[in-house]
Order: sequence, then C-alpha cells, then structure tokens
Amino acid sequence: MRIGRTRVGLLASIAAVGMALAACSSPATSSSPSGGTAPGQGATKVGIIAVGPKDDYGYNQAVFQGAQAIRKAYPNVEVIDAYSIPENDSAATTMEQMISDGATIIFATSYGHLQTALKVAKAHPDVVVVHQGGLIPTPIPANVGSYFGAVYEPVYLGGILAGAATTSDKLGYVYAIPIPQTLANINAFELGAQSVTPQSQTIAVSTPSQTNPWCDPPVQADKIAALLSQGVDVVTQHQDCTKTIIQATENAGKYTVGYHADASSLAPKGWLGGSEWNWGPLYVDIVKTAIDGKFTGSTYNANYRANMASGKNPFISSAYGPSVTAQTKALVDAATAKLKSGWTPFTGPLYKQDGTLIVPAGTSLTVDQIETMDYFVKGVVGTTK
Amino acid sequence: MYAGLGETISERAGVINLGTEGSMLVGALGGYVATSATGSPRLGVLGGAALGALLASVHAVLVVLRGANQFASGLALVFLAFGLTALYGAPYVSGTINFFQTWAIPGLSSIPLVGPVLFDHDPLTYLGYLAAPLLWWVLFRTRAGLIVRTAGERADALEVHGYSVVKVRCAAVAVGGALAGVGGAQISLALTQGTWYENVTAGRGFIAVALVIFAMWNPILVLAGSYLFGVALSLGSALQTQGIAVNQAILGALPFVLTLAILAILGKRTLLAAPDELLRVLDNSKTT
Repeated sequence: MRIGRTRVGLLASIAAVGMALAACSSPATSSSPSGGTAPGQGATKVGIIAVGPKDDYGYNQAVFQGAQAIRKAYPNVEVIDAYSIPENDSAATTMEQMISDGATIIFATSYGHLQTALKVAKAHPDVVVVHQGGLIPTPIPANVGSYFGAVYEPVYLGGILAGAATTSDKLGYVYAIPIPQTLANINAFELGAQSVTPQSQTIAVSTPSQTNPWCDPPVQADKIAALLSQGVDVVTQHQDCTKTIIQATENAGKYTVGYHADASSLAPKGWLGGSEWNWGPLYVDIVKTAIDGKFTGSTYNANYRANMASGKNPFISSAYGPSVTAQTKALVDAATAKLKSGWTPFTGPLYKQDGTLIVPAGTSLTVDQIETMDYFVKGVVGTTK
Repeated sequence: MYAGLGETISERAGVINLGTEGSMLVGALGGYVATSATGSPRLGVLGGAALGALLASVHAVLVVLRGANQFASGLALVFLAFGLTALYGAPYVSGTINFFQTWAIPGLSSIPLVGPVLFDHDPLTYLGYLAAPLLWWVLFRTRAGLIVRTAGERADALEVHGYSVVKVRCAAVAVGGALAGVGGAQISLALTQGTWYENVTAGRGFIAVALVIFAMWNPILVLAGSYLFGVALSLGSALQTQGIAVNQAILGALPFVLTLAILAILGKRTLLAAPDELLRVLDNSKTT
C-alpha cells in the first residue's frame, strides 16, 4: 500500500482523534496487535517513511528500492511506505497511523525524522522503530536502533575518479547543511582526489533554503553556476534530489560523480561513477531479525554501522562511466582492496584546513570520531560555519 | 520577475493577489507537463501561463465577483496549489524533458562583470527585458493601460465612463496570473534544467508580491528589483566558492530579510505611490 500526501493528512487527523479516545479508555502502550512478546515479533506489516518522493534520482528513490526488496523477500508482509513526509509533526502522525493500521516495524529514513521516531518508539514499546543514519544516545531502548553505511568509503573511491579526471584541479561539492556525515563525505572525497592528484582542491558550497535544504532545485542551479564559473570540472553532491545539478554539469560539458543513486542516464557523457544505496539486504535482514523476535540485543538494537571490511556496507560503488580509463579503475581497485582489509580514509597524517595536524601518522579515526566530525581537511575550500 | 510584473497588473487594477505563489507553482508544473507531452518548452510556457491564469481566475471570481476577503482567498489558493501540484506532480519528479538552454549573447556576454550577469541567460529572461518596458508602455501610455489604472485609482470614475470595473479587474487578475505562471514555468523549464519537484517555487511568489510594493507598482523598477535579489543571492554563492564564511541561516533567509529591510526603510512612503483602490483592501466588491 502506498499513501499519498492528501490521504496521509486525512488518515492522520482520524488517527489523532482515535488516539485521543484510546488514551481515555486504556493504557496507551498496547495499541498494536503483535504476534509475539518481543518487539516486532511476528510482524505482518512494516511501515516506512521517507522525506521526499520515491523517484528523485536520490536518497528517497533508494529507500523505495529497499521497500521493494522487503516486498519481494516477504510476500506475506504488507509494506506501507509513505513519501514526502516532512521532518515535523506529520512524521509522528504518519508513524502513529501506520502503527494503528497494524505495523509493528517502522523505518524512519530521513536525518530529521530521528527525534520524532524516538518519541513514537517510546509510546509503543512493542513496535520496532529503526532510524536511518541517526546517532541514538545510550542507553538505547529495547525496541530502537539506527543503521547506516560507512558512506565515506565509496565517496573516497569517487574522489579517486574525480582526481584522475580533473584538469583544472578544481572539484565542486554541493551539500545541504554541515552535519558530520556530510563533512566526512566531503573530506573523504578530497582525500581520494588528493591520493591521485595531490594539488586538487574541493570547493564545497551549501544550499541554504528556507523550505528544504536537501532539495531546492532553483538554489541548486545557482550553486552549480557559481562552481562552474570558478573553473570546476568535476561535480558531486550530497543532496536528496540530484537531477538539476547533474544535468547542469552535463550541459556544461563537465564530469559528474554520483551520490545516492545511479543517475548515469542523466549524464551519458560526463558520468564517471560514484556511490549509491543498496538497502535491500539490510532492510530485509532487519525485518527478519524483528519477525524472529530477536531484535532486542541484536546488532540492530544499537547504532549499527556497516563498512566494506564487513562486506555489508549498504553504500556501494556505482557503475563506471565511458571516460574512465583502465589505469583509473586499477587505482580504485587497489583502494577498494585496502578498504576491505579494514583501512579507513581517515588515517594520519591528516591536516585541517588551516594546516593544524588533526590525526597523527600511524593513527586513524574511529567510527564515532568520524560521525562527529566538525571540520574540513586541508584542500577543501569552504567553511563549516 | 514575471510574477512581479503580473502582480503589478493585478494591483494596478486594485486587486492584491497573494495567490501569486500558487500561480507560479501551478505554472511550474503546467509548464513541465505541457513540455513533457509536446516536447516543446515553448508550448510548455503557454501551458504554464494557462494554469497560472486559471488559478488567478478563481481568485478573481472570489474577490471581485463575490467580494471575498482577498488575503484569505490568496493564501487559500497558495495552499490549494501546493496540495494539488504535490499530488498531481508526483509522477513527473523522475521525468526528463527538453528545456531552455542558456544562450550567451555574442559580444555582450563577454563584457567583464556585467556581461555574465545580464547577457548569459535563458530566452525567457531576455523576453522579460522586453516585457517590463512593454508593460510600462501599455500601463502608462495606452488607453487600455489607463482603464486598468483607473480601475485601481478611481473605480467609480471608470463606471461613469461606461466601463465595467468587474470585467477590468477580472481580466487584470487573470493576465497577472498568466505572467506568474510563466515565472513558474521559467523555474521548471529553464532555471532548473527541466526539473519538477514539489514546492519548487519555494516562496518566490511571495517575494514577488513584496517586490511590487517597493518597486512602487512600476514594471521597470520590478525588473531592477528582481535583479537586485538575483545578484544578492548569487553573491552569497560566489562568496561560498571562495571559502568565505557566510552564515547558513542568514544566506537562506536573505531574500526575506532583504524584503523586510526595504519595506522598513520605505515605510509609509510607498503608500503615496499605491493605487488608491488598494487602500480599501477589505472590500473590492463595491465600486463606490
């Protein structure tokens, strides 16, 4: 079942009234008909919310593909996915509606859905609520978890593609807001490029917007124009919707490194490669763990992070574009092998923008340190403020 | 720019249309859908104009014929447009269409500084350069313009001369909506390289409404004001590419802060330039 925005609004208001009535007559905790005692055990319905449309050539499209994978793996489980759910109270009403419809596993997939998801989880201890990408403070409740991939790993590989392709030594990065995940991506991209072309710079511009910093196409158009006028010849981004940026880059005859989804069809000439989500296996495994009644105490009842060394990173490299040479592919293969052996791009010596040493030689950052990163490395032009 | 020109016509005839944002939004989707169906962005612009005019006509019916509150009507139409376009636009998010490429005017575009700012744009922008003076000429130098302005200044005088204020105002609001629709189509067909996304106009229609006020209802100043906004925003991007710290929140709020600042500076002075009938904003149904 797929819910459109208008229906969600209607259902949500009905749900709100229903909940108010239920709260008067019974304790609020037992609203969902769970088959077992453990959270999510024997689930027959799964709810998924995403912040954007399911075909944005980006983050939300990847979520939709993950939902499809659950449908395929569990034909008897109904997947209720709702798209374009803003990061405000609508997220709570939508999740509550899904739960009152019988969903006992909820995926909240946007960064800004975290706080709402935690509140909903608290009200429904028998429902598994997992969040995509958030860091949940300990102690983590028995029915809650977060999951994500080591996004900076394939982004580092994308940086290698960019470093090999650039002739101006200027790379462009369009990002939304300076959160640690994004900063880690930009840094990894620059480090990847430096590993091939040491003097290359990454110019990072953000897309502040009053409505949606993750997707405001006219603002993106302005940023891409500014980057191109600086002589940037490879562009990548950390946005939800990616079409405007990729088409503008292609139209200017420059190279694209993708992010979130395979958008090579938008840039038949300039597509170099990039990274994309493959949520299917992870979503299915989370659902399986919950249905089996094993969620509590599992790896998913935590801040679960999968990297390439574990072989389970849900963020994978996209297919190469036509211009990538065998030599460049060999460089990427070599770096991939290093990542698989447990090496991280954030291995010292690393310097901040102003030249101060941040990671000494012989040490590397832990996952926690990477996910709380608040600086750019040397070679990035931009500001984290 | 087009939205501002459209709002100028509407307000010159005595009707404020806050629904301009809505007309832009349906124009952006209409332009995209028409282009997607016909393959021609030019027909897309017509589609955008048609839907923009249609939405504005609802405003005209409510406000001019029914005497409804024009602020309530305008805002309601914005939310209606937001809901309808999100619903009916969903299948078009992933599409690709032909779009207006930018066309640098040979010679002029290579002038340092000024060239890229003024002469490296899509065809709709150049058309706007012509549309603003043309609209000024029509409003201030032709009989049709006089009739529109009289509807906004001395509606009863217009009636005395045998014209229907209702008809003039309805027409002005519809034409204004059409222009706002073109402004929306410019976003989806030119600026964003052919992209539809829900709420793609993101408040730009409201800025247009404010722009009209501090441009003193003058199309030429509307054009200049649009440029001021464009340059202010691009300046933010240019600073970012130099690595200069620009506060995120301030940058995002810049168009709105700029609007408020100019309104504060001009204050009551804009009232002197306002069409008289606009001052009676709560009752547009009566003409005496």
